[in-house]
Amino acid sequence: MSLPNQEEQVSMDTFLRGLWEENPVFVMLLGMCPVLAVSNSAINALAMGLATTFVLLCSSSLVSLLRKLIPKQVRIATYIVIIATFVTIVDYAIQAISLELYNALGAFIQLIVVNCVILGRAEAYASKQRLGATVINSLGMGAGFTIALLCLGTVREILGAGSLFGYSLFAENFQPWVVMILPPGGFFVLGGWLLAFNWYRQRRARKLLEQQGATAHGS
Amino acid sequence: MNGQGIATTSSVAMLRTLSLVAGISGLLVVLAYQLSMPLIAENKRIAIERALFKVIPGAVSRRNFRVTERGIVPAAEGVTDGPLIYAGYDDQGRLSGIALEAAAQGYQDVIRLLYSVDPACQCIRGIEVLKMAETPGIGDKIAKDPAFLENFSALDVRLNSAGSGLAHDIVMVKHGTKSEPWQIDAISGATISSRAVARMLNDSARQLLPQIFPHIDQLQDSNRGTP
Repeated sequence: MSLPNQEEQVSMDTFLRGLWEENPVFVMLLGMCPVLAVSNSAINALAMGLATTFVLLCSSSLVSLLRKLIPKQVRIATYIVIIATFVTIVDYAIQAISLELYNALGAFIQLIVVNCVILGRAEAYASKQRLGATVINSLGMGAGFTIALLCLGTVREILGAGSLFGYSLFAENFQPWVVMILPPGGFFVLGGWLLAFNWYRQRRARKLLEQQGATAHGS
Repeated sequence: MNGQGIATTSSVAMLRTLSLVAGISGLLVVLAYQLSMPLIAENKRIAIERALFKVIPGAVSRRNFRVTERGIVPAAEGVTDGPLIYAGYDDQGRLSGIALEAAAQGYQDVIRLLYSVDPACQCIRGIEVLKMAETPGIGDKIAKDPAFLENFSALDVRLNSAGSGLAHDIVMVKHGTKSEPWQIDAISGATISSRAVARMLNDSARQLLPQIFPHIDQLQDSNRGTP
């Protein structure tokens, strides 16, 4: 993981890093609390992912804009106030959109305040980078977080409730695997995804190495 | 922000930044609150009405009342004492039932539900779970299991001869052993959740219905008075 201390040139990589190389869930294992708790259905996972992305984007942007004004000694206090502001806004917005969704997400909306993905981005990236790069990077991280939550949410909902986004997938006699929507199921499914993700990453790295070896050998 | 910067950062700079951020934060939060409040209030009203019209068979409109020491009074701005009850009316303005809220500790957290009482038969006509955190697939059957909800097609809540309480307490019985109209047939495997429902209905009905049934005409008249 490279944490550039000088200002980064915006490139495709600024966005893609959050999806793959530095995926907050599958690689950095950050923000596990909401990942395990609200990924029991696809719609909850999507809503949580989008809410986190919004908070991440807005708070990082503001931190980036104010980065020259924030003294090092009070930076954590400043970041927390900024993040808490946007979490409160999201909290009201979700209540205004759907009370059902708000009840399903429970305390985990308020708990976005302490999501380490967001504070980590503010500290490690937004406080050193220009607004443009920060926006792109935060969008990538948010997308990576949302996709990871959706990966867990879809699998858990299909196995544990036999439906996807609330639509029944199987015939009447399907016996849902209830443990999958309970907390232990969250750990099982996360473990499964981590296994698959890392297996694929290692295979790719090995292939790349073999290729390099082959070209070095050939020359 | 290098080593030199730390040594020379003045208190004024720190105060200035924190005040600025707090100011921006306050502005944004108040703005979000002001913009979303009417929408949230509307959502809450719709949620209550949807549950209400589902739980009271045939109801299309409603009025709120409060059960106070002075009797049943329309729930207006100034009246805040006493539990809230909802009267549901059919399309001709006749009282089709009243709905009450009840709550009790379930398996994981408090279960809150709305139940409807039909004054004509003095029986509970339906329940609708408003909030619960029961185990999915086990305890949460209290909201959807058709066999369990069948208990509330006509659950007996007649008053005793003195009118001071129920003639028979609402009790939960083991799955498949219901024999009286005031018994609730438990869900097999979800005894704690089933018992919580029985307990909250019994507590609420025993306390409130003796105050409501003698004044039931009041609910009908007060509707006729308004267009």
